[in-house]
Amino acid sequence: MSDRRLLSLGLLGLAVLFVAGLFVGAGKLSLAQVAGGGIDAETLRLLFVSRIPRTAAALLAGASLAVAGLLMQMLSSNRFVEPSTVGTSEAAGLGMVVVTMLFPGAPVFAKMLVASGFALAGTCVFVALIRRLRLKSGLLVPLVGLILAGIIQAMAHFLAYRADLLQSLGAWSSGDFSMVLRGRYELLWIGLVLCALALLAADRFTLAGLGRDVSVNLGLAYEKVVALGLVIVSLIAAVTVATIGTIPFVGLVVPNLVTTAMGDNGRRVIPFVAIAGAGLVLGCDLLGRSLRSPYEIPVGVIMGVAGAAIFLALIARGRPAHG
Amino acid sequence: MIEAAALTKFYGETRVVDRASLTLTTPGVTAIIGPNGAGKSTLLSMIARLLPIDEGRAFVDGLDVTRTKGADLARRISVLRQENGLLARLTVRDLIGFGRFPHSRGRLTAADHAKIDEALAFLELGPLAGRYLDELSGGQRQRAFVAMVLAQDTRAILLDEPLNNLDIRHAVSMMRLVRRAADELGKVVVVVLHDINFASAFADRVVAMRDGRIVADGPVEAVVTEAVIEAVFGLPVMVREIEGQRSCLFRR
Repeated sequence: MSDRRLLSLGLLGLAVLFVAGLFVGAGKLSLAQVAGGGIDAETLRLLFVSRIPRTAAALLAGASLAVAGLLMQMLSSNRFVEPSTVGTSEAAGLGMVVVTMLFPGAPVFAKMLVASGFALAGTCVFVALIRRLRLKSGLLVPLVGLILAGIIQAMAHFLAYRADLLQSLGAWSSGDFSMVLRGRYELLWIGLVLCALALLAADRFTLAGLGRDVSVNLGLAYEKVVALGLVIVSLIAAVTVATIGTIPFVGLVVPNLVTTAMGDNGRRVIPFVAIAGAGLVLGCDLLGRSLRSPYEIPVGVIMGVAGAAIFLALIARGRPAHG
Repeated sequence: MIEAAALTKFYGETRVVDRASLTLTTPGVTAIIGPNGAGKSTLLSMIARLLPIDEGRAFVDGLDVTRTKGADLARRISVLRQENGLLARLTVRDLIGFGRFPHSRGRLTAADHAKIDEALAFLELGPLAGRYLDELSGGQRQRAFVAMVLAQDTRAILLDEPLNNLDIRHAVSMMRLVRRAADELGKVVVVVLHDINFASAFADRVVAMRDGRIVADGPVEAVVTEAVIEAVFGLPVMVREIEGQRSCLFRR
């Protein structure tokens, strides 16, 4: 099947999931009702204030987190990293705690920017660490990332505990779409813009994935490309943390599945990674909404279980050892 | 073409490359030999702007490598290090296509595709064009990277120990390719080699390094001699002409 047809198929699948996303939930709203013309003002309100924003949020968060994971993997030349395993998301959470302590009344956008700054700093520490330790491949890189993430998270917890912000920190560090309403998720569109930017610079990121020597040989401004990638990853992490909270494993599982099937050429795989990420997160959210309806299971929990299972299967299948 | 003037590199207090000067103007194969730690790869890396230069200057086509834009240099000189493509689930064809990056900046034209096909044919990689790099053997992958460098279409090509991890059959065919690139395509090739005999069999010129210094530089007959090799490697050897091929043998 050609890439173009596969892409249309993927988009079609997303459209189906999107429609499903509109009609699953605690409030009463069904396809038959809409088709039968039984729409009143209340239904419309439910649709536009809650269902559409929530479904869009899941798509946007999924797409951008998956692309962020892919970029992180290209830039560190390691398959086992993603923003939530190298300290990026944790640093964004720390940023949210700090800015909320200092300026409780600041608008969400300003808080998100501060969180981005923290996320970028945290990611830079990670990159500096693996360069300093001359780690290139294998499982040591994600292990270092996890340790760093743990330290940053501990700092965030300490501050949050002192400032009575533990509940907020909980919201930032575990993904949940149940609070998404119109006016509370729009920052996530920035993630889509960042994905587009990643696609524009895709060749450069692919080259960076081949390592510094190859990049420099081909006249690529390697350090600039890495910096651009880290900024994109940090912004995506901060945007998701500030709006819906981190969702684990998306950035790990989706790029691995897609690149196993389609290779590492960024220009080719970024659209598929985005679509698959969006589909996976929305699918998990739908599952969380319906499993014990009318109650909900947060998407972070569903994704944690599903993601861990897929990831273990990936490792067990043992793809070629390129770390 | 390439001019290195008194290049020096410090690691801490030690000079790993010590005022090395080298000029290359004509097509051909120049081999850099020397014991481990002699500074061969470091010298190559400085000329190719992969490592910062501590003292001295390097020019490619009269352009100072530390001041010229990376993209401009990338159309004049290419370099291949030993470890490449850590995260490389690219097809052979995609990889070679990236060799055109300095010319196309990612938008491949018909002329670019012609160059890619040429490189594929030159390295006999046609049947493997659609395969992913991580599915190839070490030798095949090495050839794919050399094809990328050929597609880059620079007059100067620097290869850092291209025979590493190759068995003798693949090593010989790699050196034949290097020879053909110089003879048929007019490339100025510099290749860092561990094995003196590959240098003497395939190179026009041999540069011998020891302790960061260039201690001998000239045609094979002048450098691959018992006196020079013993001084460079600190090892007694026999150098003999065997069927017109100068060979170096260690003594028990």
